Amino acid sequence: MKHEQKHNPPMKYGMAIDLDKCTGCGACMVACMAENNVSFKKDESNKLDSITWLRVYKLTNDKPYPNTDICYLPRPCQHCEGHGGHSPCVSVCPATATDYSRETGIVSQIYTRCFGCRYCMAACPYHARYFNWWDPVWPDGMEKYLSPNVSPRMRGVVEKCSFCFHRYQLAKNKAYLDGERTVPEAAYQTACTQACPAGAIVFGDLNNPNHQVHQVVKPDPKHGGKSKNPRAFRLLERLGTNPKIYYLSSREWVRRAGDNYLAHEKTGQVSKPHH
Amino acid sequence: MSTIDEKAKEVMDDDAAHASNGKDTGASGFIILFFIIGFTASMVLGWVIFPKLLYSQKQQPFSFNHALHVEEVDEGCESCHFFREDGSFSGIPKLAQCTDCHEEPMGESEDEAIFVEQYVTREREVPWRSYSRQPDCVFFSHTAHVIGAKMDCVTCHGHIGESESSRPYEYNRITGYSRDIWGKNIAGFKKNSWDRMKMDDCAQCHKEAGIIHTSSVQTERDACFVCHK
Repeated sequence: MKHEQKHNPPMKYGMAIDLDKCTGCGACMVACMAENNVSFKKDESNKLDSITWLRVYKLTNDKPYPNTDICYLPRPCQHCEGHGGHSPCVSVCPATATDYSRETGIVSQIYTRCFGCRYCMAACPYHARYFNWWDPVWPDGMEKYLSPNVSPRMRGVVEKCSFCFHRYQLAKNKAYLDGERTVPEAAYQTACTQACPAGAIVFGDLNNPNHQVHQVVKPDPKHGGKSKNPRAFRLLERLGTNPKIYYLSSREWVRRAGDNYLAHEKTGQVSKPHH
Repeated sequence: MSTIDEKAKEVMDDDAAHASNGKDTGASGFIILFFIIGFTASMVLGWVIFPKLLYSQKQQPFSFNHALHVEEVDEGCESCHFFREDGSFSGIPKLAQCTDCHEEPMGESEDEAIFVEQYVTREREVPWRSYSRQPDCVFFSHTAHVIGAKMDCVTCHGHIGESESSRPYEYNRITGYSRDIWGKNIAGFKKNSWDRMKMDDCAQCHKEAGIIHTSSVQTERDACFVCHK
């Protein structure tokens, strides 16, 4: 008898990043690179070559002193859901190398399937994807520090943030051993979340009301996952990519920087998705 | 149709007539002979010589008698190959587990003498070669299969628990993977579930057990990001 395995209700892992708490220290970037075996280049200032799954951008309000204000914005992969899992990159991948999981809501990247056409990079509005122009090289002896849970990528494939998926795999292992059906909130946290000294990043299941991220974001499924929190916004929200990274800020100019608003437009308005 | 068929028949008859004339038989006989020789040679090359060249053999540091140990322990395979508290699988035991019993040689065997002299007294880990190590891109959860699905070790690993000595470790010279992954049969045929450990074999078993996930948006089947990393 064929049957579909009974599953827990689908999860939607996502993140809330409080930009008012972020100090731009870059600990999340370092933690991410160390956790995910991201190699580094001789010249990391060459941004065509460097790979940063999580990158901290610096925003300014372009006002003269004394009104100058800056804000740091960490940008991991936004794990867009789009409509029914058709995120921009998943829709264009001809190799089934990138995929959207209905079980976890995570956009995956399978390096052994990727053949490096880079359609996904062109499709991604967030520049979250990186191409390996070179094979990764680590200084002598440093390969011993690599995590065995993450496979290093070879030259010619695209890579990006996976929400530390290997940590989910390991947490699931533990859940099986403990006879639990689901992975507890604390058992699966990304490296950047744990590294942030300001506690600016909150990670968890957006579908689970018990998870902190749900309580912070209060996603509204009737309006394409838009947050009910007036401080929250998503990057380029009006594109309809339906990302799962929510940013929080009390500063209007920061919220405004999250999308290309015209002078007369107000922030926080989401246009209806185009079909 | 019928006219074409008739013509074809005529042509064939003509050919047969030419052949039976006897002028060409010698030449075509040689051609057939050379073809058979060439065909046989390439078959032998492909099926016998190439697999031998493809795989390289290495001996284990010393021979391990599984049968003897299984008799001595109480909990079968799990006595030595156990789950850690974090849910990960311990795999091949570390030296510390062995020294619980093997501080001094317990028997008379030569292999145990090597073990105690070379490794226990010098406190060196035994550099075992793992027969069933999966490629780097694979995440295999032992807990999901052994605890979750209550599967036997034998289903994938065969009757290794009954072996009295360690067979040589064979690995693919090109990929570096153990031969157990592709399987002994170069054509890829298998009789038992433990003959191979390829992705096809995972998929086959999952299909037979009726475990069908539909989490992938692209394929409406299992997502890659379950067993791959």
